[in-house]
Amino acid sequence: MVTRGFTGRQSGSEPSHRIPPGQHLVDNFPVLTAGPTPRIEPADWTFTLKVGPRPVKEWSWSEFNSLPRTKMTRDIHCVTSWSKFNTAWEGVAVDDILADAGLSAPTPFALAHCYDGYSTNVPLADLAMGKAMVALKYEGQPLPRDHGGPARLLVPHLYFWKSAKWVNGLQFTERDEAGFWELRGYHMYGDPWNEQRYTND
Amino acid sequence: MTEAIVATARWQSCAIVEVATRTPAIKSFFLRLSEPFDYTAGQHVDVRLTAPNGYNVMRSYSIASAPSDSKVIELAIERLSDGEVSPFFHDVAQAGDTIELRGPLGGHFLWPRPANKPVLLIGAGSGVAPLMAMIRHRKASGEPVPVALLLSSRTWGDVLFRDELLGLERSLPDFALALALTREPAMRRTDFSRRIDCRMVADVAGRLPSFPGCALVCGSNAFADIAADAALALGLEAGAIKTERYGA
Repeated sequence: MVTRGFTGRQSGSEPSHRIPPGQHLVDNFPVLTAGPTPRIEPADWTFTLKVGPRPVKEWSWSEFNSLPRTKMTRDIHCVTSWSKFNTAWEGVAVDDILADAGLSAPTPFALAHCYDGYSTNVPLADLAMGKAMVALKYEGQPLPRDHGGPARLLVPHLYFWKSAKWVNGLQFTERDEAGFWELRGYHMYGDPWNEQRYTND
Repeated sequence: MTEAIVATARWQSCAIVEVATRTPAIKSFFLRLSEPFDYTAGQHVDVRLTAPNGYNVMRSYSIASAPSDSKVIELAIERLSDGEVSPFFHDVAQAGDTIELRGPLGGHFLWPRPANKPVLLIGAGSGVAPLMAMIRHRKASGEPVPVALLLSSRTWGDVLFRDELLGLERSLPDFALALALTREPAMRRTDFSRRIDCRMVADVAGRLPSFPGCALVCGSNAFADIAADAALALGLEAGAIKTERYGA
């Protein structure tokens, strides 16, 4: 439906093939968080890998930082409709976390868990094969606290609520189990190119 | 609190039935739903604008009206001079126009259910919109839940819903209102003339008859961080503090 009198910006300078439907480009890096911003000191930080209820391996901050490093520069897309191009991240690929724990393909699904009680579900296929990492740096600097520091999940090809801030573990699950926003009306998968914003999209 | 929200929020065309100037920068748009829905105070809608060539943009706006008025919803939209959508609403949209929206959306930033403990609301600027839906719901439902609202605005003239809030403070039992003006002296003895801080939040929480069960905060990211940290300092658990942030 055409909205009377609306033309929009349509500057033409934005490479529209990089902007998913319903999204608009921003230069800043908005912060959206559902509660207070947690304070986690690296000395207190741990990361736990679980299969079902069973812990498989736990890393301290220094142990985790000694794992192989991966860099990624990606466009990111937030369900609230902003997109940001060329965000540069450094961290540990999920493949390398699994390898260090001696696991290959534990189960088809995973839940990321976080210090603030947040969680989100992502299929293994979207975490492995270099698609996702636990990010420790943004634009060459330690990850700022309000962007999830000291560590956040980065799954750049899905809506950004999947890139869970203040992550402290990955739990592999047999079934696709809904996380925090997925229980509150948001889509189970969250593909920006198919506008999978809400439950039945 | 988890609420299973699985209803399909379909796009629908809604007529603008009224536009009201609220402050120099904020107008309210009253939209008649073609497919009315039930919602909980605090939820939002997505609005979509489409150009003749198919180019479209989407933005989220909190519903400011009480759920009991659900055939017509109120969106309070602040004009952002560098925005793409809010200038359209302020400069072009008028009563009789049709706007596409979908809702209700968001299953976290909600009026508590059951509401059996005092509620602390903290907002800045147009961030009072979802909190206003809660206060209006509290009035309409008659729920005997004490509510305190701390609302930060630049000036007295920028206080969104000011006259209605002042009226509610007189007429609604157990409703405390504190305005924080950041660029003007306070007009009332119970108000503040500075930016939000821990002491201010503690003062306003102290106007509730007993310790709040939750705090709901809506504003910019910087504002929400200060308010949420102040609520933590009061002794509220992190899980009892919900924030809705503009992002920027």
